[in-house]
Amino acid sequence: MRQWTEFDRTVSIPARIAIHVFKESVRDKVLYGLVLFAIILIASSYFISQLTAGQDVKIIKDLGLATIQAFGLFFAVFIGTGLVSKEVERRSIYSLLSKPVRRHEMILGKYVGLVLTLAVNVAIMIFALYALLGYIAWTTPENVRAAWDVAALDPVMLRAVVLIFSELMLVTAIALFFSIFLNTILSAVLTMSLYVVGQFNADLRNFEAVVDSQAVAFIAQVAYYLLPNFASFDIKAEVVHAVPVPLVYIALTGGYAVSYIGALLMVSMVIFSQRDFK
Amino acid sequence: MSSYAIRLDGLTKDFPVGFWWPRRARVLDGVSLEIKRGEIYGYLGPNGAGKTTTLKLLMQLIYPTAGSAEILGRPVGDIGMRHRIGYLPELPYFYDNLTAEELLIYFGSLFRLSAAEARARTSRLLDRIGLGAERRQQLRNISKGMLQRVGIAQALINDPEVVFLDEPMAGLDPVGRRDTLELIRTLKNEGRTIFFSSHILSDAEAVCSQVAILVRGSLIATARIADLEFEVLGWELVVSGTDEGALVNLGLAGATALAGGRYSIDLPADRSPNFILPELVRHGFYIVALIPRHESLENYFTRKIEGLYQTPGKADEAVDGV
Repeated sequence: MRQWTEFDRTVSIPARIAIHVFKESVRDKVLYGLVLFAIILIASSYFISQLTAGQDVKIIKDLGLATIQAFGLFFAVFIGTGLVSKEVERRSIYSLLSKPVRRHEMILGKYVGLVLTLAVNVAIMIFALYALLGYIAWTTPENVRAAWDVAALDPVMLRAVVLIFSELMLVTAIALFFSIFLNTILSAVLTMSLYVVGQFNADLRNFEAVVDSQAVAFIAQVAYYLLPNFASFDIKAEVVHAVPVPLVYIALTGGYAVSYIGALLMVSMVIFSQRDFK
Repeated sequence: MSSYAIRLDGLTKDFPVGFWWPRRARVLDGVSLEIKRGEIYGYLGPNGAGKTTTLKLLMQLIYPTAGSAEILGRPVGDIGMRHRIGYLPELPYFYDNLTAEELLIYFGSLFRLSAAEARARTSRLLDRIGLGAERRQQLRNISKGMLQRVGIAQALINDPEVVFLDEPMAGLDPVGRRDTLELIRTLKNEGRTIFFSSHILSDAEAVCSQVAILVRGSLIATARIADLEFEVLGWELVVSGTDEGALVNLGLAGATALAGGRYSIDLPADRSPNFILPELVRHGFYIVALIPRHESLENYFTRKIEGLYQTPGKADEAVDGV
């Protein structure tokens, strides 16, 4: 066995755990079912688009992106919440933590592994969506294509995908955070609840205009800054309807996700490092 | 280099009990122990005595309320020391979707073994624990006994100096138990220290050189197996050469006939073979075997701990009382 360096400690161990999580996840039959179902749903948007006159590409893009978001969310919540809690409930963590693995390295590895799996799933779904759009573009006459607001294979759609993926990474971090100290079901319920609340986060900012109580307004302000703002990740409508979304907005929103994820992982690591596994 | 493989110094663990107003329940109470290198050390006690809690403290799965512990002269929190130890948890459970081979290679990679080295060790270990074609099946599909064997193999993947085994015989069939006991003896012969936690005393008796017994979180006794003064409960005498009638004439009624014209006789403790054997030889019997029936380790410790359950606090007074 070779000597360990700090580089090994901080990179190598989490990387090995991440690869293991990826390997475990991709063998989960539920995952294949989910991806397959998502691809079928994306493909079926083609038939739905036939019901609309001249809006078929928009419909396919809209439904396709919504499918990627919904299935990604389902995956992030239900696999993410089991990442640590299942390992504790089934006691497989006993063997893992008796190895030269620090607890924070395990958390980091688990998170990266799940994000890696998520990335592959999103890539498969986006490939399916682009394949469908490519087929439509290929079978549509030139004069009809000229009337489209946006090209079927518009690369700008990837900006929406980047933000969907950022959002899913954040949901995964929340799911992981809850799974540090709660069981799988409770973690899933709380993660979903926070996701829903996060969609309306912007409303909390101006809550003082609606309520009289200073205390309630203050709590709403604190909640606004503490809770994740998921609505800002949603640019599907803009992308589908050719409304420009500046790259700066993508970068800032992505940066917000990265900061939030970093903070959540730090807190998760601290809590996990102090926990007793009875 | 410390001559002790494991040292426990006043190791204590309290757990909160109750939801609204949790009170502290003491699960382990000031356990101190020194285990020399190269020993098979039996850590015995009834269910709920605190054996698994001790192991979890040593593996840093839980943190002590008081006291400290060292393995190979290093504090239990030292990550470098983990390279030199192996641990089999009680009723181990691993990742459903991995095969035994993949699991061992994964755990080997955490010890920074190269892929080739991890594969080679995995193959050798799985051969050693008797896992055949099952090694390529997903762990969800293999039996509990096989899973236990995989658990033992993963504890050895880093070629450890100290091996902690928590109830290693759980879920094993008789062949598995025999093989595991043999493996433990081999590990000792290779110079490793084995910390053997079990409530099955006959297993501990079969392999351990030294034992400690824990009751209700307190260490009540430590002893070398060889030093224990077992009671002789009697003898099993096997003879051949004549018939049952001759045995009855010698006052040895109730003999059991065995194959090949042999007879087995149970001699009670108060009837010494010193007087019977010359008589048997004089009457033409051939002495095939004389096997003493000692009190088992189980009976010994049951006798030792009798009363401790009825007398609160007595456990504390009985430390090193053997």
